[in-house]
Amino acid sequence: MSDPVLDRRTLVRGLALGAGSLTLAGCDKLYAVPQFKHLLQSAEGLHYRTHRLIAGCDALAREYDAADMSPIFRVNGNSMPAAAAYQAHAAANFTDWRLVVDGLVAHPLQLTLAQLHAAPQRAQITRHDCVEGWSAIGKWQGPQLGAVLRAAGLSSRANFIVFHCADDSGGRPYYESIDIVDAFHPQTILATHMNDQPLAVPHGAPIRLRVERQLGYKQAKFVMRIEARERLDDLFGGKGGYWEDSAGYAWYAGI
Amino acid sequence: MATVLDSPLPEPRPEPPAAPAPADAPRGGDLVKRHRLSTRLWHWVNAITLLVMLMSGLMIFNAHPRLYWGQYGANYDRAWLEIGSVGERGFARVGPLKVETTGVLGVWKAENGTVQHRAFPHWATIPSSYSLADARIWHLAFAWVLALGLTAYMIVSLVNRHFQQDLRIRAAEVAPRHLWHDIKDHARLRFPTGIAALRYNILQKLAYAGVLFVLLPLIIFTGMTMSPALDSGWSFLIDLFGGRQSARSLHFIAAVLLVGFFIVHIVMVVLAGPINEVRSMITGRYRLPKERDPE
Repeated sequence: MSDPVLDRRTLVRGLALGAGSLTLAGCDKLYAVPQFKHLLQSAEGLHYRTHRLIAGCDALAREYDAADMSPIFRVNGNSMPAAAAYQAHAAANFTDWRLVVDGLVAHPLQLTLAQLHAAPQRAQITRHDCVEGWSAIGKWQGPQLGAVLRAAGLSSRANFIVFHCADDSGGRPYYESIDIVDAFHPQTILATHMNDQPLAVPHGAPIRLRVERQLGYKQAKFVMRIEARERLDDLFGGKGGYWEDSAGYAWYAGI
Repeated sequence: MATVLDSPLPEPRPEPPAAPAPADAPRGGDLVKRHRLSTRLWHWVNAITLLVMLMSGLMIFNAHPRLYWGQYGANYDRAWLEIGSVGERGFARVGPLKVETTGVLGVWKAENGTVQHRAFPHWATIPSSYSLADARIWHLAFAWVLALGLTAYMIVSLVNRHFQQDLRIRAAEVAPRHLWHDIKDHARLRFPTGIAALRYNILQKLAYAGVLFVLLPLIIFTGMTMSPALDSGWSFLIDLFGGRQSARSLHFIAAVLLVGFFIVHIVMVVLAGPINEVRSMITGRYRLPKERDPE
């Protein structure tokens, strides 16, 4: 039998070096290999399918009591869109504002705020989870997105609902998208009211999306236009949302 | 405690007599088969996974370096733990206790010499420069490895009786006298020799069982509780941990305890003979420590 000491030492040294390089710059280098990054990113599909399996299409996000509400609901992201058209709407209290619903629909719509108020309402006290880790509990009220899409005659070819927003970041327009399952989820609403008040501008007036089983960056504020689409890869950066395109966040934000 | 010190310490109770060893039983100095392939595989996969989880987790923490108890918690709410900075001074605060941490936590210098205002420094995080999106990709991919690996290991260890044979804690072992005896032996670095070294002692069993059955499941389930989608399907998770922000706090505490386990684990490996111990975890073969000369 050959002397095992050298082999053993080589092994231990190799292991230590491997662990060291892996933890420091090594991880960054490994991550720069597209195939490796893609492998790690593929976990997103696993999360999506597992969550659908566990929670199905209809499981409701937890709804809380009024006593559980955050005393202060912090404002995050843009608090006032820079676009002149939006600011004119805000100055006029959104009297001439219209929500456009188009894309793969039989009857494109232009809805006034009064029409959204007159539609059947849903109110819910839910928890907003920011991707950064903080949470706030608030009350949201507005018509269900599913009802609006039905009124517009959503095509069976539509796979995604895209929300085009009035704000931008560094010149890139803010947009977000969800699938049809989440679009027709009972808690997915176009919130016109927050904490029993008309939605304030810093929180996304006149309407913001609430898709309660996903993280905060999916809750698009300042929604101006809702577009039904078959695919997302031919829109803006192709990843389905502002944060997805600009910083590499997951499109499926259920985790 | 003077009375305790004055009275003579009770004689250490001898180990319960083991079954008489057959003549060909391995003795100190022999190379024996110790760790199963499943144990070795899981050990090294976990070593990498836990390191990636910890370092990417610290980057995720950097995005909001505050911890809360209860259902909600954001800026303006009371945080029980905070790592931050005031001007050029870094600090860590736990409850009312505030420690200055300039240079390490809160405020530190990046490799290129620029001063960074982030909770954890670049050398402790994956990736090394700030990216919450990339840290989440690492963390959430390796979470599958951790959770599925633990599940597979538990099933295999039940089937091949690793748990029952090696980790079962017997009532006699947790008797205070036996525990105290074991603690004293550890403090004197008197580790078991001969075939006795093949069995886990009670402190090892408690440490491994605590990690396997308490800390790892806790960190996995508190992690799942932070998912808004899982909260809708399994809303009992929110109740189990007393809120999403409590789950986030417990997740962080479990991570700190796992780091504590890791440090003790490495220290014990070094004290017990690192080459022999590491080899046994790679090849499965372990050289039994020589019996001590009779005193």
